[in-house]
Amino acid sequence: MSDLTSNDKKIYRNIGISDLGHYRLPAAGVVSILHRISGAGMFLFLPFLLYLFKKSVTSEISFSIFRGFMGHWYIKLVVLGLIWAFLHHLIAGVRHLFMDAHHLLEKESGRNSALAVMGLSIVISAIAGLKLFGAF
Amino acid sequence: MSLPSNIGSKRLVVGAHYGLADWLAQRFTAVVMACYSVLLLAVFFWMHDFTYNGWAGLFNTQWVKVATFVTLLSLFYHVWVGMRDIWMDYIKPASLRMVFQALTIVWLLGCAGYALQILWSV
Repeated sequence: MSDLTSNDKKIYRNIGISDLGHYRLPAAGVVSILHRISGAGMFLFLPFLLYLFKKSVTSEISFSIFRGFMGHWYIKLVVLGLIWAFLHHLIAGVRHLFMDAHHLLEKESGRNSALAVMGLSIVISAIAGLKLFGAF
Repeated sequence: MSLPSNIGSKRLVVGAHYGLADWLAQRFTAVVMACYSVLLLAVFFWMHDFTYNGWAGLFNTQWVKVATFVTLLSLFYHVWVGMRDIWMDYIKPASLRMVFQALTIVWLLGCAGYALQILWSV
């Protein structure tokens, strides 16, 4: 009779930082950690966003400074990153509210809705990015 | 076997009690921000005036100003709950965690002052 208790399968309990590389996070887990990363990123860039807002609304002159500032490709890149962060955080947040109301909690629906969150935020970000870099 | 007498409504409640209140506030402020974002974008694209006057004129309207004010306050409360969760999850030494939480409060209060100054200068 085989001993089922002493198999070689590694058991993960509290995973450490060294386990992150080979731990295959499910789609819902990816959405979850990206929700945190996007939120923390927007927290750090709050003064930058407020600065952009200030330049855009204060006066006609500051508005043209804002437009000139937004002309740099690296500023566009940062803004595009923040657009993605906003969209991901918003859409993942809506999914979160559904889960608070006991929906999307099964393995299948949880996975599908997670993929939908990632897909939707990337697609809308891509459209915003094309607009930002002047494709249309 | 009798059940323990300290469960359910008879449980001993200790601590600061901010867990459920902040969890709920995080959801409520999120809904406020989501509604505001969608509405503002809808109005902006509906007006179809993408010049300075179109954009700044939006924030000149009294109800938009008040809605923006409420949304900004919701944002800062929401960010506080979220950042505190992050520090509580990843920063184990209590003294270091307190430093991060204190810096977060300073950061957010600074941003709040800046934001409100901008809003009332439009």
